[in-house]
Amino acid sequence: MPKITINHMEIEVDSGLTVLQACEIAGIEIPRFCYHERLSISGNCRMCLVEMEPSPRPVASCAMPVADGMVVYTNTPMVKKARKSALEFLLINHPLDCPICDQGGECDLQDITMAYGADQSRFQENKRAVAEKDLGPLVATAMTRCIHCTRCVRFSTEVAGVEEMGATGRGENTEVGTYVEMAVSSEMSGNMIDLCPVGALTSKPYAFTARAWELRHTETVDVLDAVGSNIRVDSRGNEVMRVLPRLNEDINEEWISDKTRFSYDGLKRQRLDRPYVREDGRLREASWEEAFAAIAGRIAAIKGAKGQKIAAIAGDLACCESIQALKDIMNAFKSPHMDCRQDGAMLDPAARAGYLFNTSISGIEHADLCLLIGVNPRIEAPLINARLRKRFLMGSFSVALVGAKVDLTYAYEYLGSGPRTLEQILSRSHMFAELMDAANRPMLILGQGALARADGAAVLAAARDLADQFAMVSHDRNGFNVLHKAAARVGAMDLGFVPGEGGRDVAGILDGAASGELEVVYLLGADEIDTTFLDPAFVIYQGHHGDAGAAAADVVLPGAAYTEKDATYVNTEGRVQQSRLAVHPPGQARPDWMVLRALSQALGQKAGYDTLEELRAQMIRSNAVFAELDVAAADRTAKTKWAAFGAPGKMNGSPFADTVENFYMTDPIGRASETMARCTDTFIVPHLSITGTDG
Amino acid sequence: MTVESEVSAESGPRFLTKEMRKKIEEITGRYPTRRSAIMPSLFLAQEEYGYLCDEVLLEVAEALGVPEVWVYEIATFYTMFNTTPVGRFHIKLCTNVSCLLLEAGSLLSHLEKRLGIARGETTGDGLFTLSVVECLGSCDTAPVMQINKTYYETLSAEGIDQILEELKARPADGGREGAPA
Ligand code: SF4
Ligand code: FES
Ligand code: FES
Repeated sequence: MPKITINHMEIEVDSGLTVLQACEIAGIEIPRFCYHERLSISGNCRMCLVEMEPSPRPVASCAMPVADGMVVYTNTPMVKKARKSALEFLLINHPLDCPICDQGGECDLQDITMAYGADQSRFQENKRAVAEKDLGPLVATAMTRCIHCTRCVRFSTEVAGVEEMGATGRGENTEVGTYVEMAVSSEMSGNMIDLCPVGALTSKPYAFTARAWELRHTETVDVLDAVGSNIRVDSRGNEVMRVLPRLNEDINEEWISDKTRFSYDGLKRQRLDRPYVREDGRLREASWEEAFAAIAGRIAAIKGAKGQKIAAIAGDLACCESIQALKDIMNAFKSPHMDCRQDGAMLDPAARAGYLFNTSISGIEHADLCLLIGVNPRIEAPLINARLRKRFLMGSFSVALVGAKVDLTYAYEYLGSGPRTLEQILSRSHMFAELMDAANRPMLILGQGALARADGAAVLAAARDLADQFAMVSHDRNGFNVLHKAAARVGAMDLGFVPGEGGRDVAGILDGAASGELEVVYLLGADEIDTTFLDPAFVIYQGHHGDAGAAAADVVLPGAAYTEKDATYVNTEGRVQQSRLAVHPPGQARPDWMVLRALSQALGQKAGYDTLEELRAQMIRSNAVFAELDVAAADRTAKTKWAAFGAPGKMNGSPFADTVENFYMTDPIGRASETMARCTDTFIVPHLSITGTDG
Repeated sequence: MTVESEVSAESGPRFLTKEMRKKIEEITGRYPTRRSAIMPSLFLAQEEYGYLCDEVLLEVAEALGVPEVWVYEIATFYTMFNTTPVGRFHIKLCTNVSCLLLEAGSLLSHLEKRLGIARGETTGDGLFTLSVVECLGSCDTAPVMQINKTYYETLSAEGIDQILEELKARPADGGREGAPA
């Protein structure tokens, strides 16, 4: 390991590091604009200059690899002068319009200039101005402020995998942007806002709504897909002002998807802020007592065994606490009719390994082959796709896809569209089987598109076979992965929110409601079902948005959204995480577990818990996984057992379907969001009309 | 699948001929990555058309299989690529340090006055385009200008007048960016 001397202090660092990284290890701050630890080195801002013996000129530390015996200084007059000069150059064309800039208060250029800059510029000439670019509905530009660090260009090219941003022109005329005016077609474009060290790229929806120092930060988790990205919710008063990523190397690194970042305006629209009861065919505002009384009255009216007439469906955003509480009520009525698989995915609760992303997200980086089955990770879980792309860029990683052909931002081998191809691989009559045999650490990812079909259980079993046959599972590694789309799904499976003995699944519940065999259906935030079936039944909807479920309900109980409660979610890796209350639920809405506890009392089935802690203890009794927070199944001390799951059988030949039509509107929050509507208009609708005319 | 067959499947007016595409393919063989072949491919196209319109840039990107923005970045960065039409004689005057110290600034004013155009413009008769460029790598003979492919060195105002007269007298054949003046 090379020894290097920084400011007379000798340290030993790994070879391959840069001088800037060595300085960081030594605890010395080096100001920088263009350098970013997750992007390639470009060395163009010159802010990181240091003095190095025997070089007579200052050296860009971000681009200089360490070598044994180097002698570096970061605090000499030469370095100070170099920093002042670099800043003077960077500020030549900078408009210095901080008072009207959204970056003000959290701007690297501001901070670094305060710390290292001079107080005067010698530049007397005209400053240049750069025309605004239209990058779409999410990213606002003020390109006159751009200092050409190219972080945004490198992010979109390297991480997001859309080569649309670039620096055109030269010197004084350099401009950063898309080379033809267009919206950046990435589902991760918002990250450029965080990366931009100045106010050139800022958030369009957040524009001029708050100052950084007015905001209260709440560290929590996202629920708009099943990745469980770690986020920070910034609020002022009782309003969510914006959502930012929080660093978690194991999950989202420091990125989030545009849906996660920009859906928050949907939290303020179409909210259920009071109970409703249907009267003469119309929903009218009601008190909690009236709503509970209506439910209790209807259940009391059921003749015979009540449990056989009551069913419950848990939606995609439901928290584990509410699922446990609802399950307790169902158990009290001895009803086996409950399910959480709104899309009808044939997930098997028999073995946890059978419905988890067992490899873990960071584990992708150690795989050498990945077979995608009926899944579009770019749309269903952009952060997992980013990890796959990261792995792809490291080299020696073959990716293959069975299902709908899509652009994943990295190259893959297209094997076929449906189960036939799986059979061919299994029987080794497909060439790809050879590659899989040769791989040392192969993995597969099974999407809901492969499971939400009549033969889903057989597909699940076939995928399990694949994992066995191609040695994907060993004592220290599991390459079998199910990718979920719904944040609630794994938690609900873990809590056993699935049909009990003789119980109905979602399709069965809908049929039973339509035929009159079921009289009461409880929807816990379930909006992704065909509610027309529910017409004859008495429907209770508990949730936070006036979406499909509430429209079909006879009683509406207002609950809290994920930013408004302390709640538990389990991500696709089987990682138990907790959200924190950032703002209070609107109006009379309450955290969901409290609603259910009050309801159980009104139904004369008093719940076995009084506090959140007691309820959580109950969850742990249901499933011990809830005792261990923030650990993926792959890293748990108690390994997830590789047991039998799925139902071997005949698969039909129909292709695996794409299950997400519109990335921006997969949930009631997105559907209520104006920003997501604008994204739909910009990115989805034009696309629809093209395929429309084609076919 | 070769690039060739992909292209022949499409119709419509095209800038890159079959031969040019073949040449581009050849060029890529000389480099470790296709991105490296962007500059020689652009030269090839410019030789043919005198300047690089957006369509040409797109076609070069498509022929090389690289993102369009990469081609656009390069074409707009280097002064030897023209992204707008130029006159028959493209004057590229160096105003970098060595030349500037030897009065390139006043030579620029002189040229502007003589031609009746500002930097970046083309004379009405389409004969001359005046551009200002960075170091031409000929500092020892500064001040320097390049017209099409020919260097004119140790310039003076009088020398420039003479050069312009000579060029104006040149018969109107083949004078274009690609060809030697
Ligand atoms: S827009 Fe921001 S991130 Fe992009 S190059 Fe300019 S300063 Fe850097
Ligand atoms: S951080 Fe080193 S040159 Fe920008
Ligand atoms: S400065 Fe003009 S040729 Fe070098």
